[in-house]
Amino acid sequence: MTPLQLNTTPFHQRTAALAQGHAWRRWAGHAVLGCYQLHHDREYAAIRSGSGLIDVSPLYKYLIHGRDACRLLNRIVPRNVAKCQVGRVLYTPWCDSHGKVIDDGTISRLGEKTYRLTSADPNIRWLTDNAGGMDVVIEDVSRSLGAVALQGPTARDILARVADAEVESLRYFHLTEGTIRGIPVTISRTGYTGDLGYEIWVAADRAVPLWDALVETGADYGLLPAGILALDVARIEAGLLMIDVDYVSAHRALIDSQFSSPYELNLGWTVNLEKGPFNGRDALVAEHRHGPTWAFVGIEVDWEGLIELYAAVGLPPQLPTTAWRISVPLYVGRTQVGYATSGCWSPVLKKYIALAHVETRFAAPGTAIEMEVTVEHHRRPVAVTVVKTPFFDPERKKAGAAGQRGSGAGDGT
Amino acid sequence: MTAKRYHVIVLGSGIESLVAAGYLGKAGLDVLVVDGAESVGGTLVTREVVPGYRFDSCLDSPGYLSPAVVADLALAHHGLKYSLGEPLMVAPRPGGPALRLSADLEATAGSLRQASPGDADRWPAFSDRITTLAGLLTDMYRRLPPRPGEGGVGDLMTILRLAARVRRLGRVELMEFLRTFPMPVADLLDDWFEDDLLKGALGVVAVRHLALGPRSGGTAFGLLHQQVGATAVPRGRPIISGGVGHLAWTLEVSARERGVEFRTGTGVAQIVVTEGGTTGVVLDSGEEIPARAVVSGYDVRRTFSDLVDPVHLDPEFAAMAARVRYRGVAAKVNLALGELPDFTGLDATDLRGTVVLCPSLDYLEKAYDHTKYGEVSDRLALELVIPSVSDPSLAPEGGHVLSAWLHYAPFHRRDGSWGESEREAIGDLALRILQDAAPNMANAVVGREVLTPLDLQDRFGLTEGQVYQGEVALDQILFMRPIPGWSHYRMPVGGLYLCGPATHPGGGITGQSGRLAARQLVRDQKKGRGRRAWT
Amino acid sequence: MTRPYDAIIIGAGHNGLVTAAYLGRAGKRVLVLERRHLVGGAAVTEEIFPGFKYSVFSYVVSLLRPDIIRELDLASHGLQILPLESTLTPLPNGDYFMAWGDHDLARQELQRHAPRDVEAYDEFGRLMHHMAMAVRPILGMIPPDPTSLSPGDLKSLLKLGKHFHDLGPERFHMLYRLMTMSSADFLEDWFECEPLKATKSASGIIGTFLGPRSPGTAYVLMHHYMGDIDGAFRAWGFARGGTGAISEAIAGAARAAGVEIRTEASVERVMVERGKAVGVALEDGTEIRARTVVSALDPRRTFLQLLDQSLLPDDLIDGLRRYRYRGSSGKVNLALSELPNFTCMPGPGAHLAGAISISPSIDYLERAYDDAKYGEFSRRPFMDCIFPSVIDPGMAPPGQHVMSIFVQYAPYDLNGGWTDAKREAFGDAVIDTLAEYAPNLKSAILHRQVITPKDIEDIAGLTEGNIFHGELALNQLFFLRPAARWAKYRTPVKRYYQCGSGTHPGGGIMGASGRLAAREILADWRGS
Repeated sequence: MTPLQLNTTPFHQRTAALAQGHAWRRWAGHAVLGCYQLHHDREYAAIRSGSGLIDVSPLYKYLIHGRDACRLLNRIVPRNVAKCQVGRVLYTPWCDSHGKVIDDGTISRLGEKTYRLTSADPNIRWLTDNAGGMDVVIEDVSRSLGAVALQGPTARDILARVADAEVESLRYFHLTEGTIRGIPVTISRTGYTGDLGYEIWVAADRAVPLWDALVETGADYGLLPAGILALDVARIEAGLLMIDVDYVSAHRALIDSQFSSPYELNLGWTVNLEKGPFNGRDALVAEHRHGPTWAFVGIEVDWEGLIELYAAVGLPPQLPTTAWRISVPLYVGRTQVGYATSGCWSPVLKKYIALAHVETRFAAPGTAIEMEVTVEHHRRPVAVTVVKTPFFDPERKKAGAAGQRGSGAGDGT
Repeated sequence: MTAKRYHVIVLGSGIESLVAAGYLGKAGLDVLVVDGAESVGGTLVTREVVPGYRFDSCLDSPGYLSPAVVADLALAHHGLKYSLGEPLMVAPRPGGPALRLSADLEATAGSLRQASPGDADRWPAFSDRITTLAGLLTDMYRRLPPRPGEGGVGDLMTILRLAARVRRLGRVELMEFLRTFPMPVADLLDDWFEDDLLKGALGVVAVRHLALGPRSGGTAFGLLHQQVGATAVPRGRPIISGGVGHLAWTLEVSARERGVEFRTGTGVAQIVVTEGGTTGVVLDSGEEIPARAVVSGYDVRRTFSDLVDPVHLDPEFAAMAARVRYRGVAAKVNLALGELPDFTGLDATDLRGTVVLCPSLDYLEKAYDHTKYGEVSDRLALELVIPSVSDPSLAPEGGHVLSAWLHYAPFHRRDGSWGESEREAIGDLALRILQDAAPNMANAVVGREVLTPLDLQDRFGLTEGQVYQGEVALDQILFMRPIPGWSHYRMPVGGLYLCGPATHPGGGITGQSGRLAARQLVRDQKKGRGRRAWT
Repeated sequence: MTRPYDAIIIGAGHNGLVTAAYLGRAGKRVLVLERRHLVGGAAVTEEIFPGFKYSVFSYVVSLLRPDIIRELDLASHGLQILPLESTLTPLPNGDYFMAWGDHDLARQELQRHAPRDVEAYDEFGRLMHHMAMAVRPILGMIPPDPTSLSPGDLKSLLKLGKHFHDLGPERFHMLYRLMTMSSADFLEDWFECEPLKATKSASGIIGTFLGPRSPGTAYVLMHHYMGDIDGAFRAWGFARGGTGAISEAIAGAARAAGVEIRTEASVERVMVERGKAVGVALEDGTEIRARTVVSALDPRRTFLQLLDQSLLPDDLIDGLRRYRYRGSSGKVNLALSELPNFTCMPGPGAHLAGAISISPSIDYLERAYDDAKYGEFSRRPFMDCIFPSVIDPGMAPPGQHVMSIFVQYAPYDLNGGWTDAKREAFGDAVIDTLAEYAPNLKSAILHRQVITPKDIEDIAGLTEGNIFHGELALNQLFFLRPAARWAKYRTPVKRYYQCGSGTHPGGGIMGASGRLAAREILADWRGS
């Protein structure tokens, strides 16, 4: 038998049955659905108005435990893991010794000496290479652990009903253990949509009944399974970057200009230069002193300008139907000053938005630059404005349940 | 009590550590040498293992002893005496005339004539060519290695100077240099000679402490490396009066005279690193000794994996450090003898140099074949010396000490590790091979000491039993040694230097790396470079 | 009266044909002389057994320079390269290692064998990209003479020096490691998966008389990467119609450019008058005159057989004497009634459209080498097999197949010499070893052709059966190929040139030597 097949996720049995258009896509070597329905519109809408149920199992997951678990993670990532208490999650990039980003993901502190790291790319070699001389065990649980994201305004209500866990009081970037219809799960208040939402971590062999439980309960709360096309729109609105799309991993970049530092990816807030030695620290200290050359910003297309460009050829404005993931040049006058790497029409904001790399001097919110658009086969500059991200940042993302005090961002975002 | 603060702490008291300490002391720095062993010398120790017999337990020769170091540290003044054993190398030939390689080309040619007149005719040209090519290495080994690809003016100058030196070789020799380096030594020798015994003997020299066979690429370089500083093939072996331990002793005396202090019997547990630089060491006893710089005479693995907290090393550096190849392949057998071995065709006056027992390149290659699979062949090559022929004080009246390296005895055994029975087995094997060549050895052995590669690691701190602290193979020399990009003795931890054979120019060359490392440190000190100002 | 020949090319191997085609396209009158009845040299397709087409010697193509395909418009002369996407390495324990072309599938397979290698695979691919970028300019360069003081050589040397300097220290160190390490050690630094290391390092021993643990083999490994750098696994291809189709396409391009090709015309010697080549004498006594003579044969034939040795300087003769051939590989071609059924991956499948590599471990390859070192063929050899008829149905009758098996080691200097019995014993060793992985193979064989290095020498005219016109060893490359100071395609005899694989960059169906030689010849003509 030839294993000529992509991996499938633990939810495959259910997701495959829902694939109306068989719109399979690749994600980290897995077959996942771009959208379940024939178009992703309703799936996106569910994320912003009801709940989207998104299979995020292809994420790589590593369990790191032992005396030096914290020391190892602290050596790898620029954030201070020592400050992460049990039951909390932090988001962080990690760098090579030149201070260039290799990957980004979350670290969940599951116990006193136990952490779970999620990442977009495999990292077992990097982790073990960094663990030389340390008392720590690193386990790749990517395939044994399924993960599903429940994201949207009704997510808390659904979980509150179906889960036997402290969900109502669960604060942003915290996690809790519990069960859902008797299935042991870890629930973290995290996500990739910038909305109220949770990620639920489950043993792979219990994934299907978990899915069923969530879908059944969610039916009353506007839950829809959502594919990665809808997710992509939501994450751009949330201003969250994506590896291989918005930056190139330092382990794959071929030429100098392909590498990015955390500062250049708007992740300077994750860099703690005071916490002691970590990979890339010396380079980041220097970069911090001189200031980064590039910035990663949000841009918003000037609507009137777009109308004019299309009006000139006798058309109403044409908008991308899905999020795009190509490099689009940005100009000031005739000089290229940057490039956008992902963009979409934001249905909730009714704006055409994009994430972009620009030279630092053009990074201040309000800066007017131009983006290349192709209007009926002709390249045209359209006015765009640098704006703060997230583009869409509803209060519910971090807020507590009704009647509860809203929690601070803490180590979140 | 606050510990005295030194300028420099030197780790280990192997020969390069002693040389470095001597030079640093000479430069007026406060230097402390720390070694876990009770006595100084590292791999250069002469000890009475069998009553009345003093063995050079590990190394039996310093290889090429840099004349500059001997002069700079006034070693002769401190009692160092050595001579070259002549003939330089002999090999008994079963049922025929023995091979005698001498500094006198004509004498060697004479010895070759009976086995192969053609070889005899070609010998002077071969010896000249090898000496010329090795001369280039001798020159390179005296200086910091060139660092291609680095941007500095100094680096460019080094390369240009080297290029000029290389071109001075002349067209033919230059091409030969480039051609010879990557060749298998077997091909090189086959190009020149017919006599299997001659080729076998030179083959052994070329693969000394290499996990390669004579038919492996790059072993011709091995021959050149072993010829550095020589005026004839093979390079003579300096015989130190009083044993190799005496060389260490003179170095210690010389260093003490220059104010260097010694702490033996306490090993180093950790090199202390704070904010980008070293601030001293912590001893096994827990005592911390502050210093502005640390010079490690240990190999890369011991220095970085055992003594430095990994969080202070870039993972990329750590990965490169982990790639250093050791793979010790030699075992050592020291014998206390009641009488001299009676090799066919060789008398006592022929035994001042090295005796090689290796009938052919195929014999050597077959011994190597087993090594590839982690096995020990039962037909090994022996390279032995009998220092008591030149220095009778090493053994009782009429007795002798014999010191033999066995190729190949791989550190990594497929069937597990080296233990007691494997040690005895390889000792017996050495004896059997020796007896085949000198039958009187059956009843002449008074006592013996066998060191497997594991023993070499455990007793002398040589990782994987690699006597040169890392294979001296083409990819681990010059700017690649000890770690690519870190060949100028400074390590990425501020104030930390390496000085042992792990560094350029590597094992088999004595004194150069200690001297160059000390020079780098003194330069840095003058420039105020490194972790903090040298007040 | 026809105009006299501008050039006679001796030997219609792919390099000879490439040189001829370029000279022809430059408007020159060119004659190619081939000893055999067909063109191609070691790149021929022959119907040895009715209905079954064998790529008798060379069988895959990875290195043919794309610029040659473009410039000679080989596609319109019938060349079509079909991809060979995967390599299956069956293992003695019944498992397998599959090197897929697809990145996700490759990761999946690595994850199964050695999870750490998943990351190493990408980084290794990137490294090879950098190394190929570092070496690429050298492949396209006329080797400068490092001992010369001529302005041209100095300029080239400086350019080369600058190129290396510009790599920066990290890449330079890596390149240096690649040039000096063994493929086994080099791969060890990256990978844990044993069959992966073995299968990759097998590329490093092809055409050499070294084992994978011998320094110098890492370079050969990269040499096989040079053809196409688009991932971490070698990008082999198979020419539709067999490798002979490549030769036919180049010959077609040459003929279209006015080149005359004469087969069954064996050249006995190069005619030299007053130190200049003036033509060739054939074995049948015919003499043909030309302004220039170009030999596509290997160095021993080019210099020592076709020329009177008195015309050559001593140091060149000495260099050629030391130049090593030592053919180490053989070939077995099979006509099969059905496809082999591999125990590790039963039944038909995509794996049969790729290569099958018998290289389960480095030790396996080393043991195969041990036999050869002492003058025996490997009892259990390294083999690289493909099924041309799966990729190109035209190679065999419908439902039946041809199998092409490259075998190493088979030493040219076999103890006691090669005989018919030894050849068959060698063939048996190959089939017996393969049958351990595919038990139905023996009963499926309709016809078997076994080719030893001696046969390669006798039939294709390659000295000592070395498929690369001399070992690809560091001391026989670049300005040392084939001999110091004679690496620029010229010879001590004026108007006599060399263009075969025994010149830089050498080896494989690459055509680069032929192209560079043509460039030098044309430059000399323009100068004179």
